[in-house]
Amino acid sequence: MRKVNEVMIVLGIESTAHTFGVGVVQDGNQWLIADERSKYVPKEGGIHPKKASQHFMIYAPQVIAEAIRKLKKGIIEVDAIAVALGPGLGPCLRVGATLARGLAAYFNKPLVPVNHAVAHVEIGRYITGLKRPLVVYLSGGNTLIAAYANGKYRVFGETLDIALGNFMDVFSREAGLGPPYVINGEHVLDICANKGKKFISNLPYVVKGQDISLSGLLTSSLRMLKSGEVQLEDLCYSVREIAYSSVIEVAERGLALTKLREVMLVGGVGASTALKSKFELMAKDRGVKFVAVPPKYAVDNGVMIALTGLQAFKHGVVIRPEEAYVRQRWRLDEVHVPWLEG
Amino acid sequence: MARGVREFINKGIEVMALGAEAALLKTTFLGMEAVVKVRLPKKYRDPELDSLIRERRTVIEAKIIKALTDLGVNVPILLYTDPKTSTIIMEYLKGEVLRDVIMDERIAEACNYLKQVGSFIALMHRAGIAHGDVTTTNVIISEGRAYLIDFGLSKFTSRIEDLATDIHLFIRSLESTHYKHKDQLLECFTSGYRLRIKGLFNKVVKAAKEIRLRGRYVKERRHEAIHRHNK
Repeated sequence: MRKVNEVMIVLGIESTAHTFGVGVVQDGNQWLIADERSKYVPKEGGIHPKKASQHFMIYAPQVIAEAIRKLKKGIIEVDAIAVALGPGLGPCLRVGATLARGLAAYFNKPLVPVNHAVAHVEIGRYITGLKRPLVVYLSGGNTLIAAYANGKYRVFGETLDIALGNFMDVFSREAGLGPPYVINGEHVLDICANKGKKFISNLPYVVKGQDISLSGLLTSSLRMLKSGEVQLEDLCYSVREIAYSSVIEVAERGLALTKLREVMLVGGVGASTALKSKFELMAKDRGVKFVAVPPKYAVDNGVMIALTGLQAFKHGVVIRPEEAYVRQRWRLDEVHVPWLEG
Repeated sequence: MARGVREFINKGIEVMALGAEAALLKTTFLGMEAVVKVRLPKKYRDPELDSLIRERRTVIEAKIIKALTDLGVNVPILLYTDPKTSTIIMEYLKGEVLRDVIMDERIAEACNYLKQVGSFIALMHRAGIAHGDVTTTNVIISEGRAYLIDFGLSKFTSRIEDLATDIHLFIRSLESTHYKHKDQLLECFTSGYRLRIKGLFNKVVKAAKEIRLRGRYVKERRHEAIHRHNK
């Protein structure tokens, strides 16, 4: 390697869903060098993979250029290029992968494959300072409870159908609350739910062992919405209470099972004030520590890819550009995390 | 708890364990060693949702224990139920949790117990009962016999999907907690299950695979889809 005793610098590219992000990090206290992002916000509906990828193709060059400009001598200072190869939306992933392969090949830099879910966990651990927490990862596409054991993150529980964030967006869209789905940092479902008073009891609450299921709740709540027999605010409240409570219940089951004493909330849905206060109540009752990753780093970004890439690179994880295919369904529990061993 | 019951419980109640949803207290009831299981209120839930969940699970747990006793599945004997305070009192089983037997690397022993567990789950399934939370922490080994516990998520059902969910959950608990011996332990469970479930075996296994493929970011799903497409 070029600089054995010097500080190592890694550039990371994120493009799994709605955000094209480039981060540059290095070892030590002055770890953050660049954090550039461009977010695709759909005018209507959800994320259209092709439209998101077109957005990325337009903005990627300037996002990368901005990030590199933060380095005194430019890209020459970078020791490795890290890229999120999955999981995510195919067309979006391919933009980041193509650019990363190109940069690595052209500038002759090692290429480091990073799993997006692992990166969420790793930046969370870095920022919160937690060493071995029970991880609750909630976003538009993910709902899972995991903990590290013997070389890998093991999944203890997850959704059997749709992810929590996806559920919230679809319900809100059908109810005419969005898009946009997030206003001033709060999800429109939370804003609506905060005005609700009455709990509607005949909606399904589904916990199966360590797993949850939200599709039944979505179907019944939308049916109720269309019947017009309930107040929208009450429905928002009930739906939110059921969805959040089921997630917290499986997290609590994960704590009882693993006997871990720390819970870390990562992913975009973790920005919800209502959800965080529920987690705090649960943690307090169980006498465990709860930390939510601050929204800035809880959402998709390039810094987490760079940071995870740095760890992986130091442990010899590299991939040849011609083998760096995108992996839309790359599960968290398939990834070897050598830096946590021992 | 109803007032009358208190008289039958000794004063020196000892907290045995604090699970995810319930506190287990050791006591004596009518002179017999017993466990009081109290589903505790959760502050994070809406109060109405909270009492609904606790009451519903207490009632179903009591019903399932009774049904399983009749079926000949090893379960603790049910002594008392009070849905209003979400309290159940049952026989105390002296022994250890199956999870610990596996963690101790007593694999041959564990295999034997898992065969029993497999055949019990099959008996339940044939009677139209899904356990809902099949893990190695929900099996107690007492005097060389496996006992099933924790039926709060159980249900009476006629859907293959619910039975398959039990299999899916069990496999997942092996993957997350007993990854070292996963294949071997699954084989032990399956041999017991297959023997008693008989004709339903292939149906349940097929449905369990489908549940797994429905999960997020499962690689096989893509291959399956392509395979179907090419047919």
